[in-house]
Amino acid sequence: MTLPSAYSEARTRRFNVGERVRVKLAFPPGHRRTPVYVRGKSGIVERVCGAFANPEELAYGFDGEPKRVLYRVRFRQRELWPGYAGAESDHLELEIYEHWLEPA
Amino acid sequence: MKHHDHDHSHDPSFDDGPPSEHEIMSRAIQELLEAKGIISGEQLRRRMEQFDTDFPQRGARVIAHAWLDADFRQRLLADGKRACAEWGIDLEADRLIALENTPRVHNVIVCTLCSCYPRALLGMPPTWYKSENYRRRVVREPRAVLREFGTVIADDVEVRVHDSNADMRYVVVPMRPAGTEGWSEERLASIITRDALVGVSVPKP
Repeated sequence: MTLPSAYSEARTRRFNVGERVRVKLAFPPGHRRTPVYVRGKSGIVERVCGAFANPEELAYGFDGEPKRVLYRVRFRQRELWPGYAGAESDHLELEIYEHWLEPA
Repeated sequence: MKHHDHDHSHDPSFDDGPPSEHEIMSRAIQELLEAKGIISGEQLRRRMEQFDTDFPQRGARVIAHAWLDADFRQRLLADGKRACAEWGIDLEADRLIALENTPRVHNVIVCTLCSCYPRALLGMPPTWYKSENYRRRVVREPRAVLREFGTVIADDVEVRVHDSNADMRYVVVPMRPAGTEGWSEERLASIITRDALVGVSVPKP
């Protein structure tokens, strides 16, 4: 049995492709799909993946509603890793849920 | 407790020593599901067989077709799941993003949080893909990791790492190598390896 979400309704989409965003620098306990190495870092929205059940809720037996907009964000490797040894043009992309993003 | 009596082959290293806590939990859940009549041992065995033998063939087939059919390639890049469905390949829950290698960009895939992988397209992930070593290092020193796989990416080519950390799954569309002109789709598929579809290697004729 799944339980209804404790979160409030997600707003309509906040960000668009090409916009600069920052991943929140936060360390809440529990199941999170936001890797620590991108927290506090800023990048560019690469694409909007759609709305998905919130994994932070699913992990604890809730129904994951309301769904959260999922974005792919592109980061410059040199901004993620001090002393990054690869090319200037190297990038990393991953998926971040909207509630982890703020305008940068 | 019933011992596993299915006939698929195990990596022998996993059979050494007492079962881990997760293995015990997984077997207990299996036995409960069987006892309640929700799944049968035969269904489970068939599923494992598919992961071992059917699914790993799918990726190469799809990519070989994309090399030969420009329209299909565009559909694959636009919506990987739908393009695979054209071939009767049901990716189930996976949404697939196909990443195109070009003379300017080389793509490589990892899941730093666990071992997310397009299983319905490539089968089960290899052991190294799940290793902490690969997961930790390929995001921060991808070129060094690729070099260890024998793949040297020129400095003027961007290396783009994709961390498969949430709801998307990924496959690399490698560049078709020179020297394969006039090859049939089947022959092309034969050089498209799993490692090339993860991006730690490139196809060679």
